Amino acid sequence: MAKYRLTVNGSEKTVDVDPSTPLLWVLREELKMTGTKYGCGISACGACTVHVDGVATRSCVVPVSLIGKREIVTIEGVASDPVGRAVQDAWVEKDVVQCGYCQSGQVMSAVALLKGTPNPTEKEVDESMGGNLCRCATYVRIREAIASASRQIKGAA
Amino acid sequence: MYASIRLLTTVLVLALFALSISLAAKPDRVNTAAGLAAWDQVYAVLVSPRCINCHTATNYPQQGDDRHRHFANVVRGPEGFGVPGLNCIGCHQESNADSTGVPGGPNWHLAPLSMQWQDVNDRPMSSAAVCRAVTDRSKNEDMDGPALLKHHAEADLVLWAWKPGLRPDGTMRTLPPISHQEFVAATRTWVEAGTPCPKGR
Amino acid sequence: MQPELSRRSFIQLTTAATGGLLISLYLDKPSLIAQQPPPPKVYPPDAFVHVRRDGHVVITVNRLEFGQGVQTSLPMILADEMDVDWSKVIAELAPAEDVYKDPMFGIQMVGGSGSIAHSFQQYRELGAKTRAMLVAAAADAWKVTPDQCRTENSVVYGPGNRSARYAELADDAAKKPVPQNVKLKSASEFRIIGKRVPRLDSHSKCDGSQKFGLDLDLPGMKIALVAHSPVFGGRVKSVDDRDARSLDGVRDVFEIPLAKGSAVAVVADRFWTAKQARDRLKIDWDLSGVERADTVQLLAKYKQMATTDGNVAINRGDAKALDSVPRANRIVAEYEFPFLAHAPMEPLNATVKFEGDKAEAWVPSQFQTMDQMVIAEVLGLKPDKVTFHTEFAGGGFGRRATTDSHIPREAALIAKRFRGTPVKLIWSREDDVRGGYYRPMHVHRVEIGIGRDGMPVAWRHVVVGQSLLAGTPFAMMIKDGVDETAVEGAKDTSYDIPNFRVTAHHPTVNVPVLWWRSVGHTHTAFVMETLVDELANRAKVDPIAYRHKLLKADAKKLHSVLELLDQKSGWRKTLPRGRAVGVACHESFDTAVACAVEVSIENKRPRIHRATVAVNCGLAVNPLSVESQFQGGLGFGLTQLMSKGAITLKDGHIEQRNFDGYAPPYIIDAPTTIDVHIVPSTEPPTGCGEPPVPVISPAVVNALSKLTGKRYRTLPLTII
Repeated sequence: MAKYRLTVNGSEKTVDVDPSTPLLWVLREELKMTGTKYGCGISACGACTVHVDGVATRSCVVPVSLIGKREIVTIEGVASDPVGRAVQDAWVEKDVVQCGYCQSGQVMSAVALLKGTPNPTEKEVDESMGGNLCRCATYVRIREAIASASRQIKGAA
Repeated sequence: MYASIRLLTTVLVLALFALSISLAAKPDRVNTAAGLAAWDQVYAVLVSPRCINCHTATNYPQQGDDRHRHFANVVRGPEGFGVPGLNCIGCHQESNADSTGVPGGPNWHLAPLSMQWQDVNDRPMSSAAVCRAVTDRSKNEDMDGPALLKHHAEADLVLWAWKPGLRPDGTMRTLPPISHQEFVAATRTWVEAGTPCPKGR
Repeated sequence: MQPELSRRSFIQLTTAATGGLLISLYLDKPSLIAQQPPPPKVYPPDAFVHVRRDGHVVITVNRLEFGQGVQTSLPMILADEMDVDWSKVIAELAPAEDVYKDPMFGIQMVGGSGSIAHSFQQYRELGAKTRAMLVAAAADAWKVTPDQCRTENSVVYGPGNRSARYAELADDAAKKPVPQNVKLKSASEFRIIGKRVPRLDSHSKCDGSQKFGLDLDLPGMKIALVAHSPVFGGRVKSVDDRDARSLDGVRDVFEIPLAKGSAVAVVADRFWTAKQARDRLKIDWDLSGVERADTVQLLAKYKQMATTDGNVAINRGDAKALDSVPRANRIVAEYEFPFLAHAPMEPLNATVKFEGDKAEAWVPSQFQTMDQMVIAEVLGLKPDKVTFHTEFAGGGFGRRATTDSHIPREAALIAKRFRGTPVKLIWSREDDVRGGYYRPMHVHRVEIGIGRDGMPVAWRHVVVGQSLLAGTPFAMMIKDGVDETAVEGAKDTSYDIPNFRVTAHHPTVNVPVLWWRSVGHTHTAFVMETLVDELANRAKVDPIAYRHKLLKADAKKLHSVLELLDQKSGWRKTLPRGRAVGVACHESFDTAVACAVEVSIENKRPRIHRATVAVNCGLAVNPLSVESQFQGGLGFGLTQLMSKGAITLKDGHIEQRNFDGYAPPYIIDAPTTIDVHIVPSTEPPTGCGEPPVPVISPAVVNALSKLTGKRYRTLPLTII
């Protein structure tokens, strides 16, 4: 067990865990933040996606001991970013979700995409979202929502 | 008679001198062979999975000893670091994550396309072709022999190949066919031989 | 002119003399099930709708919400008849209780695409009755008659400008007698039903606040993982758990009995601790006498079996008519289908707390009645002593409805040893991929005799595959050696094929199997629709026209979707080079679907540029939801075409482990666009959960055949 000071959604949190514990389980069990999901545990599905220093990161494979001082943003905090808000609004507007379990990860990946490429082409969307699995296959509506969010952000800019 | 002996001796000395100079200017036939043999060892490392998996000719990396396409549709991206929603460093941290089986090292990314060691069908290129690619200064970030040696000896992601970490199932990843020490030694021999490349395609 | 909703009596409900209820899972025919008290004939509104003082109306949904949108569409139905302000509706998932049982099936469940089909009438009546009670309360207070009142948006209006909000009337209304009969709205009066209504659970699923079964957190809760035998049915011989127990936070390690064999449970304070502890277990498994299923061997065996006549599912005319058809006019086709895992995004889980004389359970369950019964049985309680909460589920596709309730059973077995402590059992993704309960492997062998006009004159069809129902409480539904769920979609085809014979072999294999979204249709539709397409090609007839011709005249829904598809897919006529169109149609769960896809081959894989779908599901309660279900269902159906879309066994061991080895469709595999068109209808609503799935694979493969000239009869599609 070791103590780690983490910055999560702008707040400092201290946890006392086995250093090998993936960030995902620290968030879910120590900090009770269950918005970030466990889907596979091997970074193959993206349900666990958070932002670490702005980089879309698969928290199920990153041991908490490797986070250091980097800032973590989770689905619970992404609305404080205008791009995050636009993406969530677009998701609701386009009625994207079905079971919803993968959607925290989808939103986080989409936000990272739009922050990096505000006007992505269809190909760029598919590439950035290409590692996020949705068994309900809401993909077509995800594309529509990203396009809508992109226009929204451009309009607001 | 003395004059002709002196002439003969001068000619002999001059000839011997010329011969010794010419021998010193050209690499020793033995050295080239040794250099090529050393290259064989270097090549064997370069096309082993821990190295070649990131020296692809495609828009994706490979993984595993069977060098299958990396799962979850990860792509090369414009600079070899992935794309905004799916960066290499989104999973691959600065060091191996043995508890989860994800390899890591500083600045994890794909080798540029200029450093591809496979064809677009994921088949490793021949020894001659890889040698040419590796020694082409217009493709290899302008590295000469000594720079190549330093790269092999010290570069983080090169060193990673010998400490590749555990797989998700807890087993150790396969190492390259020779040790890092042997790899550096072979590189040195090859560089000292003037980085000779095998002939052919 | 106002169209009335046509009343079609489609399934009769009968109560047997013993009080047991006749039910059917997948057949439109009632049949028997074990001792269950029948659901009430009258559903008390107060169990389904609650008007709060603040004006919010809480509607209880008698189904699991696992993506299909039922937590929006069922409330829509009730809210419309009740004249409720939709913006104030809140949906809740019902716990396990008699009153929430499926009126047709007699158990609380979701499946068979039956949620709206079976609860449409029920929820309408509930809404209408509640409205009547509110009106009665207002009429009483105003000393007027109910028919002098009208309702709108959660308000009762009376003569002389009187009005009262539902919230004000609720207490008095609750005291009114529940009316026996109510007048329901005519279709023209619907204000919510039939509209594109956005989901009620969107926000919470976009901001991380939605809790699923896996997210449950209770004081003192422990986490349990189970180490299962690498070969189904193995038994624990010995366990060395010293290493595992040495980890901080490990509470216990012990053997638990399974229906077949046994397993080892690890209980710890945290998931990661439990996982590491389980990884450190050294278990010696007793695999003696356990059959080691092997895909290669099974395939050879199935192919051999397919060459012989099986148990007769249907025999119309004389299949020997085939023998007199010249060989040049015959098609002989053999199809192979692998095991498929459902792999819902939320890993399987169940939480149980045992308190000696009672228990509480939290399960994202498709089968509440069964799960509750099994938990009670394990804990030595009566079912009504188990308070069973239905949690939101991250997908299911059939996986959360097992006849042996094996997940809640494991959870209860473990919770039994931790009295007073909630225990959350989690199956990791590896457990899920390797844990069985797959769509079975199948081989089909079909011989078709073609007449001069290009239409089939004889059809001999053998299906080989495990029975889903054998060895389960529903085994009595197997008739004459044929499990309907293996032949549905072929046996009951709407194609008018003379001399039609379908037989089945159901080998017994040591692999647990289960219904996978659309069940038998997953493989039968692929066979039917690729063969019909081949026939159309040979006859040089347009694939839609050919299907119209081959379908029975009374296959109204199928004809209607083919017509609508034809209208909406004009793009079929002008395709760019390198692209082809593939068509398929199929009816399942009373809903007809026709689909056209535009496909090219890129990087040796099919690339789907566009899919146009036509649907006839009767009245579409929520067309937005229908659209989503079809877009999603098509995407789900593509699992069958993925190059890594197969579960295989070698010497009894599952070869895949996680999404690296079993890879379902990602966004790049989905069609670029999917447009969905609904045939306008006032017929009673039929399901949309499963009907999308069967059509997409044959449609894509039909397009590929046009591009390459090859036939694709082996799934998964590894080589194009």
